Amino acid sequence: MSRVRATRVARRARSVRVAVVLAVLLVLACATSLCLGDAGLSPADVARTLVGQGDALTDFVVFDLSLPRLLTAVLVGACLALSGAIFQSVVRNPLASPDIVGITASASAAGVIGIVLLGLSGLVLSGFVLAGTVCAAVVIYLLAWRSGLSGYRFVLVGIGVAAIASAVVSYVLTRSSLTDSRDALVWLTGSLNGATSEKLAVLALGAAVLVPLALAQAGALEQLELGDDTAAALGTRVERGRALAVLTGVALAAIAVAAAGPIVFVALCCGQIARRLVRSGAPALVASALVGALLLVVADDLAQYAVPGTDYPVGVVTGIVGAPYLLWLLTRTNRAGQGG
Amino acid sequence: MDDTPQTDRKDPVDTTASEPTGAGARQGAAVARHTLEARDLTLAYDGRVVVDGLGIAVEPGAVTSIVGPNACGKSTLLRGLSRLLAPQSGAVLLDGQDVATLGTRRVATVLGLLPQTPTAPDGITVADLVGRGRYPHQGWLRRWTTEDDEAVAEAMEATSVAELATRPLAELSGGQRQRVWIAMALAQRTDLLLLDEPTTFLDVAHQIEVLELLSDLNRDRGTTIVMVLHDLNLAVRYSDRLVAMRDGRVVAAGEPDAVVTAELVEEVFGIGALVTTDPVTGDRMVVPHGRSRRAR
Repeated sequence: MSRVRATRVARRARSVRVAVVLAVLLVLACATSLCLGDAGLSPADVARTLVGQGDALTDFVVFDLSLPRLLTAVLVGACLALSGAIFQSVVRNPLASPDIVGITASASAAGVIGIVLLGLSGLVLSGFVLAGTVCAAVVIYLLAWRSGLSGYRFVLVGIGVAAIASAVVSYVLTRSSLTDSRDALVWLTGSLNGATSEKLAVLALGAAVLVPLALAQAGALEQLELGDDTAAALGTRVERGRALAVLTGVALAAIAVAAAGPIVFVALCCGQIARRLVRSGAPALVASALVGALLLVVADDLAQYAVPGTDYPVGVVTGIVGAPYLLWLLTRTNRAGQGG
Repeated sequence: MDDTPQTDRKDPVDTTASEPTGAGARQGAAVARHTLEARDLTLAYDGRVVVDGLGIAVEPGAVTSIVGPNACGKSTLLRGLSRLLAPQSGAVLLDGQDVATLGTRRVATVLGLLPQTPTAPDGITVADLVGRGRYPHQGWLRRWTTEDDEAVAEAMEATSVAELATRPLAELSGGQRQRVWIAMALAQRTDLLLLDEPTTFLDVAHQIEVLELLSDLNRDRGTTIVMVLHDLNLAVRYSDRLVAMRDGRVVAAGEPDAVVTAELVEEVFGIGALVTTDPVTGDRMVVPHGRSRRAR
């Protein structure tokens, strides 16, 4: 009895500890990022500006240039990571992240159509991407449904939808003017270069609704991981819980993609990293979001400053880190016969 | 280990009486007995009828085993009884109320189900998994109470997995894992416990271990147990009542000694068998001789 309590308290303490450490690292990474800029502000300058004591120049650099990009990175990272953690938990398969199962690809297709063909931007573009992604997700869900949701079926159907979506992207790009398609290509690599306060505001609005909604589902996700029958026998409303979780995951991925393009691999790996850090046998949602934010802030710093004078899209960095991880995951999944 | 052979059982058709298991005598006064009953129950997957107009009344406080050949609808019946599968027609009544009208969580506080091959979340430890059984008793925020901790500790104690509490489930042997799953169902603290082939994939020693654990549970706490079992002889030995199914219908139900006859084995499983007396327990014992081989 006391031992059970002790084990449980220790586990909870561990997840709090992990979250605190990640949050501290995130704050440090953000501070570093603000000081790294080309304007060469000192940490003291940045600190003064942040508390409202800066001059016109530092105000401009911090509030108009650095901070929107930084906060976009934080929110996009958190949203993608949460989306990935939710999908992996619902489908019970570490491969089932929105980048693999066609969600991000569908959002890209919707985004490219919106940007290139319809000339949309801001809130309207976000809404358009969200609507397109939800439609694609419904299609995937229905096609993968066969008296229950099978993990592999979901992944395979998702890969099929991803192929269709990328065909749509290619088609739209070939039909567009050179300038349009160049802009669209940068967006498609996943880039924070174009982050502005307006885009950030739209993203923040979405995140303010969806992140709490996602975190509130931790308990239901934990039960759903036990399998449909066990979860239902323990009093979980399986269909409703799963539909709500998938919808939340889709919306999170959609708003992140609308803001920064389909930045690859963040959704795939953050949930798994967080899970291994927290070791609770449950989707570690808070830790996932923090890992995602931290990863994207660091990746964006690398993309901006690792090669002096060249500003790479952040998706290049996450791709370089993420691709080997995906290969490792595939080989390991195969060997252990897991992931079904 | 098990109850000694009983000679004073009641009429097998009426199911409301609970006597020789004695659970009621020991604890029954304090425990409100829940009743579970299927009336004219038809269950189907995608229009394919698997359980066909079946009627069964689970005897409160007893151990009931459902036996029958593969694909006869045993597991489907358990899913129907535990509200996981909505009936095509007919109804499942829990304490006289149609379970379809009761909330999922409400049902889960009274009736527990352990599926045949439950899936364990990646990296989960024994204590965490057992703790999941408390879900129906916790609110939306999953606040843990002393009662939750007690229930988990007691469930782990009863299944002798307490010393494994911090181990990851994946590291355990098949028998240990099965005990952990049973512990999870026990932590749910339901008066009715349904188990789908709790002994699958276990060697004979672990099969006995799990069945004795269940019969202890039934004896000590008066938990009503309904399980699907493959091994007819183990079913006879560890059950107060047997339900023999074939093609989605009940062929025979009642006390094992009354149900198990050579004719029934022939009818249900389609094989010839010698029914004799178990030299250990004195119960009925089935020695199948198959279609081709003749007994000497």
